[in-house]
Amino acid sequence: MTDQTHAQTVLTTQDGVPLKVSIARALRAQKIRSALLVAPLFLFILISFVLPIADMLYRSVENDIVPNTLPRTVVALQEWDENSGEMPSEDVFAALAEDMKIAAAAKTHTRVGSRLNYEKPGIASLFRKTGRRVKRFEDGDYTAQFLKADKNWGDPEVWQTIKQFSSPATAGYFLAAADAQRTPDGVQFKPEDERIYLFLFGRTLILSITITVTCILLGYPIAFLLSSLPLRSSNLLMILVLLPFWTSLLVRTSAWKVLLQQQGVINDTLVWLGIVGDDSRLALINNQTGTIIAMTHILLPFMILPLFSVMKTISPTYMRAAKSMGASDWYAFWRVYFPQTIPGIGAGSILVFILSIGYYITPELVGGTSGIFISNRIAYHISFSLNWGLAAALGVMLLAIVMVLYWLYDRIVGIDNVKLG
Amino acid sequence: MKLKSILIAATALAVGTTAALAEDMTIVSWGGAYSSSQNNAYHKPYMAANPGVNIINDESSAEAVAKLRAMNEAGNVTWDVVDVVASDAIRLCDEGLAEVIDPDKDLAAAPDGTSAADDFGDLLVSECFIPQIVYSTTFGYRTDKVGDTPPTDICAVFDTAKYPGKRALEKRPINNVEWALICDGVAKEDVYDVLSTPEGVDRALAKLGTIKDDVIWWSSGSETPQLLADGEVIMGSTYNGRLFALIEEDKQPVAMLWDAQVFDLDGWIIPTGLSPERLAAAKKYIMFATDTQRLADQAKYISYGPARKSSAPLVGKHAELGIDMAPHMPTDPNNAKNTFLYNYEWWADNRDDLDAKFQAWLAK
Repeated sequence: MTDQTHAQTVLTTQDGVPLKVSIARALRAQKIRSALLVAPLFLFILISFVLPIADMLYRSVENDIVPNTLPRTVVALQEWDENSGEMPSEDVFAALAEDMKIAAAAKTHTRVGSRLNYEKPGIASLFRKTGRRVKRFEDGDYTAQFLKADKNWGDPEVWQTIKQFSSPATAGYFLAAADAQRTPDGVQFKPEDERIYLFLFGRTLILSITITVTCILLGYPIAFLLSSLPLRSSNLLMILVLLPFWTSLLVRTSAWKVLLQQQGVINDTLVWLGIVGDDSRLALINNQTGTIIAMTHILLPFMILPLFSVMKTISPTYMRAAKSMGASDWYAFWRVYFPQTIPGIGAGSILVFILSIGYYITPELVGGTSGIFISNRIAYHISFSLNWGLAAALGVMLLAIVMVLYWLYDRIVGIDNVKLG
Repeated sequence: MKLKSILIAATALAVGTTAALAEDMTIVSWGGAYSSSQNNAYHKPYMAANPGVNIINDESSAEAVAKLRAMNEAGNVTWDVVDVVASDAIRLCDEGLAEVIDPDKDLAAAPDGTSAADDFGDLLVSECFIPQIVYSTTFGYRTDKVGDTPPTDICAVFDTAKYPGKRALEKRPINNVEWALICDGVAKEDVYDVLSTPEGVDRALAKLGTIKDDVIWWSSGSETPQLLADGEVIMGSTYNGRLFALIEEDKQPVAMLWDAQVFDLDGWIIPTGLSPERLAAAKKYIMFATDTQRLADQAKYISYGPARKSSAPLVGKHAELGIDMAPHMPTDPNNAKNTFLYNYEWWADNRDDLDAKFQAWLAK
């Protein structure tokens, strides 16, 4: 009974369509329109941001090439005990001969070789050499034929490497990116003289923090000056801040080379003034000092601009009020003015820090050996060694570090507390 | 109506010009003086002989390996012929990114009938690689800063007592570790055997460690000439052509130390994944650009030695400076009294491993 009365009270529009449906229909059109408006941006972010990151995550673990190129060998190797210290059986060699013949015909054997060479130097030429010979292999006694082609096939370590990297996904790139490797006794750090990535991650973080701090120290007074001067002169100063911002990065970096080198302008001036001796010229470039100076200069506008726009919004009456109530200049600044600029410092710091953590060209040019960043190694693996898996793993770790720091920042300072103006 | 006819006319015109337009061929090289020497010696005569071809120069050789792989993965190879150093050619060949070349079919024989394979000889270090020039990595020193006893021996680089001042070395292990071992008393022919052991690598790094504080590490070949010209370094390694330009064109007080120069090769590869027409066009260009006369012509513009034996007697004078080029070639007998032969296979295997160790050592 109650149901029926309820049904009768459904509101309808004039043409008899229930009101709810009619409203939903009208709203749907609106929703589609707004979705279409957002779609270009959404697609852009998807294609230029989400997909590359997904691809990077995928590459950092994928290892299809070994099981795809050597399928029979991978299966045959399952029987072999990698800790026995002996060569695998004839069956494995027979399987490898078949795989290699197919791979050599398709010219993919050298690709597996270079993939495995990242793990054990020497495998690239082993596969290259054997690929040339394998076409002429006869049936039977493959072990002897392989050993004749290259005696390194008798090295159990080669087989251990193949077996270790025979699954379609591998943690090997991440281990390498953390200076570790898998040994028969489990995962261990590499020998001292081969560890480099964790050290470089540490240096990248420390130098980026240093650069951020110097940017705050240098940028804060400038932003303060800019915001307190009358519009005319502050505009002129603003152009001076922006001018280097508009100049090519390479030009600015090269200019620093001219200024900072030992026979450069700064050292020449200091020697001429008698402040330093001719034989004790300062080393200002090709080291960490060079990286910090050049990058602070390049990133300074990213600190000044948010600081300036936040300071612009702070009314001068607050300071006057504080002083009228007896606060000293310093006390008024520290307790009244400074807290209001923290959102600007936060925004500037995030910008400068995140930009500098991924910088690569400036450290490469002025950093010498003690001023290079982790991104320089990533670039090396992308463009020279072609070890994109390792580059991707390093990139993922860098991304993870940035996200952890972002989370920490949110916990400590609060991300709502960031203002770009 | 009027608009329509204009559109039709425009479309017809566009279609017409495209059809009449020359066939584009993108050739990738290193830029600077090197690209212009190729432009003068190869591209211009080739385009004059083949009016249907339009050569576009791209200066991306430094990133060629990575870019070729990216293009290959994307399935859109836009380059036709690429100039790379031999070690990169080996890597590209291994990765299946470069076409295999048959020297007898794809390359021209020497004028006296010697086959291309014999004319290039040992320099055909990879199946995919067509050598073009022999260059060397060697040292230049400031003549005004070495006193009355200019260095004649590679080990002067490690002698900071006799030659105080900074040195410029490449920020890579290649060449540096070999020189270090030679100056540590290892015989030339044993260098790679020693380097194959962990102790050998340590020994090379220890020797480099004796001058570590006196070294400015370069990553681009143009840095050393600049550092020498500014007086930042007293000696430094770079490619011999760069030093030639510094000494003969810029007239800087610098001289060559040819001792223990390391020969290396630069040449062409053809990327895989080209359409049959483009592949045929690329091979036709290669056949022309690597013949005996063309290789000898290039030496008129830059001081790199032609890779064919038959080209050497044809090397003439510099096109602008008018000086005899033969004495400036790294292969000239006077310069090549003591040379070091670089082992490609060894480096192809060990490059990444040794580079990691070297960078770890540098960073400490």
